[in-house]
Amino acid sequence: MTQTATRQHWMAVLARASHREIEALLAQAGPLPAHEILKAPETGTVMVEGRAGGAGQRFNLGEATVTRCVVRLGGGTMGFSYALGRDGAKARLAAITDALLQSETEAGPLRRGVGALAEKQQAARELASRKAAATKVDFFTLVRGG
Amino acid sequence: MYVAVKGGEAAILATHDLVAEARRGDESVPELAVAQIREQMGLACGRVMNEGSLYDPDLAALALKQSQGDAIEAAFLMRAYRTTLPRFGSSEPLDTAKMAIRRRVSATYKDLPGGQVLGPTYDYTHRLFDFSLMGEATPGEAQARPATHPLDASMPRVPDILGAEGLMEEEAPPEGDPRPFDLTREPVSFPAERDVRLQAMARGDEGFLLGLGYSVQRGFGNSHPFVGEVRVGEVSVEFTPEELGFAVDLGEITLTECQMVNQFAGSKDVPPQFTRGYGLSFGHSERKAMSMSLVDRALKAREFGEAATYPAQQDEFVLYHSDNVEAAGFVEHLKLPHYVDFQGELELIRRIRRERQERQDKLADQAGEALPEAAE
Repeated sequence: MTQTATRQHWMAVLARASHREIEALLAQAGPLPAHEILKAPETGTVMVEGRAGGAGQRFNLGEATVTRCVVRLGGGTMGFSYALGRDGAKARLAAITDALLQSETEAGPLRRGVGALAEKQQAARELASRKAAATKVDFFTLVRGG
Repeated sequence: MYVAVKGGEAAILATHDLVAEARRGDESVPELAVAQIREQMGLACGRVMNEGSLYDPDLAALALKQSQGDAIEAAFLMRAYRTTLPRFGSSEPLDTAKMAIRRRVSATYKDLPGGQVLGPTYDYTHRLFDFSLMGEATPGEAQARPATHPLDASMPRVPDILGAEGLMEEEAPPEGDPRPFDLTREPVSFPAERDVRLQAMARGDEGFLLGLGYSVQRGFGNSHPFVGEVRVGEVSVEFTPEELGFAVDLGEITLTECQMVNQFAGSKDVPPQFTRGYGLSFGHSERKAMSMSLVDRALKAREFGEAATYPAQQDEFVLYHSDNVEAAGFVEHLKLPHYVDFQGELELIRRIRRERQERQDKLADQAGEALPEAAE
């Protein structure tokens, strides 16, 4: 994975995590680092676009609430958070996590923590899929005569 | 005479208290938590998110609580709140082919790749009351049993399968893949393009679109539809913040998509093909997505050179009357004070009647004068 793809992955994992999960994740990396809030948690919207027929002309489906936050660590690294919903406290912690992750090695505690969260999210997705799979129709054909 | 009326302030404040009490109901019954509404009235929340045009299940639940379950009042609360928020921008267009499927059915193909997945649906229930829900269920009672294996990773959209054979009207972005029109920012003009129509229907009233969709099926429109596919599940929303320059996955939203397959249209240059109607909505909201797809196809009448004879085929009629917040505002404003307007009408009708009486009296007088002569 490229550096950007790796960052996109952890931002996606953080966006899906709860405030408590991110709090627990950060606790593994020690006390909260000194940071400056460049953009305080702010709730706004993103207009969600769809495509006619799934692949055709773009159209505006409706908006979704999104909360963002930008922080800067003492060393100058900037951390961002963008996620659906209105949880400002989560946004701040996610932005700090994003900043810390950028300077952490692959074997660092936050990377491992993000990996564990990703696995948990994947397991939830798979369980939902298995529940849906239980409602999959098995067709059989009755052959008469012959 | 013009009389300015002031007053009612105390009465209005008292209504706030009274409606709060009415909303709470019997205090010996435990109060509903917003999370309970979000988790246990999810389909109602979906409707409020669609018609409020804002995806936020917590806010939809709050809106339903605050409005005592009045879906249109709840949508109004969502719309009002939305206007207080800054807009960060537009998402990347959703990719519904990558949906994490919870339900996916097709009425056109039995054996489609990925299979028919019934999911959580009331379609096969008997619509008999389950009186056990009256009591308190023990936790864990509502557990679904998972299958051993998850669904196929790839679930192609059904029209894409027919499209590969060239039998289906193609859905491709227009030249340059332009940004869509936004009716919340610009006034709509007619004839309205497809992006405007789809946006208006996505936030339109489910009941209105259902009625119009039904009218098309019953013969008030040229329609012979099949459900190519209905799918329900979670789709990631991606947004590219300017300051980052790469797409950020914001999380997932629940969506319902309907691909309606309709009978043919062809021309001198294009051989006969199936035509398409499309519906997409927030949450699990099949009736909405299906109705939208029927009306979407009906509104393509002009593109296919069909006569737009019926209401569902007329974009101006559909778009101007589908928004239930606007419609409710205009219908319900009638109950607000119109004292001065009505006073004017009252005086007018009194004058008309007075003049009519005077005319009749005059005629009677003339007849009275004429009468003796007639008797002679």
